[in-house]
Amino acid sequence: MIGGRLLQALPVILLATFMVFALLKLVPGDIAVTLAGDNATDARITEIRKIYGLDRPFLVQYGAWLGQVAQGDLSQSLLTGEKVATSIGRAFPNTLLIVAIALVLALLTGIPMGLIAAVKPNGWVDKAVSLVASLGVAIPGFWLAMILVAEISLKLNWLPATGAKSFSPSPVEAIRHALLPGIAIAAYGMAEVARQLRGSLLEVLSSQYVRTLHAKGLSMTRILWLHGLKNVSVNLFTIISLLVNRMLAATVVIEAVFAIPGMGSLIVRGALQRDFPIVQGVVFAMVIVVIAVNLIADLLCAAVDPRIEQ
Amino acid sequence: MGETQPAQHHGNADASSGSQPLMSVRGLGIRFKTSQGVWQATRKIDFDIAAGERVGIVGESGCGKTITGLSILRLLPNNFAGLDGSILFDGVDLAKCSARVMRAIRGRRIAMIFQEPMSALDPVFTVGHQIAETLRVHTGVGKEEARERTLEMLRRVGIASPDRRIDDYPHQLSGGMRQRVMIAASLICGPQLLIADEPTTALDVTVQAQILELLRDLSETSNTALMLITHDLGVVAETCARMITMYAGEVIEDAAVDDALARPLHPYTSGLLRSLPHLSPRHGKLPSIPGRVPSIMDMPNGCRFKARCPHAIDGCEKEQELRDAGSGRKVRCWRFNELDLPGALQHAPNAPIAALVGHP
Repeated sequence: MIGGRLLQALPVILLATFMVFALLKLVPGDIAVTLAGDNATDARITEIRKIYGLDRPFLVQYGAWLGQVAQGDLSQSLLTGEKVATSIGRAFPNTLLIVAIALVLALLTGIPMGLIAAVKPNGWVDKAVSLVASLGVAIPGFWLAMILVAEISLKLNWLPATGAKSFSPSPVEAIRHALLPGIAIAAYGMAEVARQLRGSLLEVLSSQYVRTLHAKGLSMTRILWLHGLKNVSVNLFTIISLLVNRMLAATVVIEAVFAIPGMGSLIVRGALQRDFPIVQGVVFAMVIVVIAVNLIADLLCAAVDPRIEQ
Repeated sequence: MGETQPAQHHGNADASSGSQPLMSVRGLGIRFKTSQGVWQATRKIDFDIAAGERVGIVGESGCGKTITGLSILRLLPNNFAGLDGSILFDGVDLAKCSARVMRAIRGRRIAMIFQEPMSALDPVFTVGHQIAETLRVHTGVGKEEARERTLEMLRRVGIASPDRRIDDYPHQLSGGMRQRVMIAASLICGPQLLIADEPTTALDVTVQAQILELLRDLSETSNTALMLITHDLGVVAETCARMITMYAGEVIEDAAVDDALARPLHPYTSGLLRSLPHLSPRHGKLPSIPGRVPSIMDMPNGCRFKARCPHAIDGCEKEQELRDAGSGRKVRCWRFNELDLPGALQHAPNAPIAALVGHP
């Protein structure tokens, strides 16, 4: 299963990086102009294009990048000359910490919400959960982020408003910095987990086998926590993997709001400056993460559901 | 089914007379709410089941037989609106007892199996776990003992190499084996009553016969009463001693299977028997009951069958009670004495009844 999945990942990586590369080339703007500096002559710009190989055909440029990646080298930034792998290595932990915090918060709040909502569908608890979940889906993350900064950082001064701290000297400081961006992203996740879990749990609870469990004389607690949770866990793992993907995407905006030097900021800067090795490198790393998360989710599903062949 | 020998009749023949019945249902009615308001699914259901007795509940789909079975264990769907009457089981009124009492009875004293053994089993737990679970929840025996007794139960329901099958998941078993697992899970606590709702309908014909035989044998050896809900008169003829016919939410006839088959007292029962395909003359037109069951929203007054009944006359619009028809029989038809209705014996008076009604 794992070998096959890794093989399937190859075309995904190719397609994703190719698309992004093509998009970067399609939009107007030229890094050679930036590199040449102010008041550069056309001749100077052409020269710079030649030096960096930007005058070559589009496919040749992509091929050259791919060739380097195949040798384990993500090449370097055109602007700063820094190795892309180094930039990613510095940015990734910041993003990962935000996503991890957001995911934990989303699960800690979303799972109990979904459970209590499903026990009495259309009761007042269910309606309250549904309201909160609707808000969670409807409120844009960047808006919530700004409100959080204004209220919790600036007014109450509880948590830092911007920046990120490395995990190694002080984990507490790192988490304190990542907490607000984490919450901003978690709101959507909580809503999604609660809604999806409620839906799939309701389906399980109205199934024929749950009627059998009642007929056997089991208590509602046992039905819910043992049979219900094991049956919905397959859906839950799928929800989590989709959520991680969405949260990674959400960091692009949230990192901008909190001025966090993460993957999101990196790709935004790279894209604005047409520094395509940076953009390609970040996309490549993200695709790998997404594929890995999906693979883990599939393995977990296979572990709890005997109907899925290993 | 597929058997040529006449079905023997088991069950306590004298159970219905004299001693206290195991379960006594009186005036049972079930209401549901829909967007159009509350409707009465069944009403005035009266019947008794004696200890160890095997009773068939027959009727076409929608007549309320499944709902009646479910109501005994209070396993009614969410739109359930209310229950009238009483279900007296061993001194406890199941219609009114607390949820806790109900739970202690479910699975331990009264068990139930369903039509679809695949969807009735939890797909992500082993069959061994699901059988042992009934025992462990009710008796608190240890893991080891529960497993031992599960193996024993699997053997009793006729599963080959139970020590291998016990750790299988439901999807790894055939339909017949799954129903055997369901039966094992329902009988492991030794209940006094087993409610079987169309237990063979979803199975292959050859497997159907095996499952029915298993149910009959288990009911006999452990003196478990069986309430067999089915639309298949052949199944009832082969398995049960008594037959309760339902129509449009009411019990319309209650008699020993032999009596009901030979001389039905209600025109509907007679019609059901005569529309069995293998009783009609070859190449002849299959007799059927004209018309359709009245809608639950629009029940006629008096006899609910009168619009389809060839014997309906003035007076049938009066409220019909379930009358005592002598020799332990009951019928909801005021004309039962004047009518001489054909049963299943019409075409071959000397053939054994079960062989006639059972599948050819």
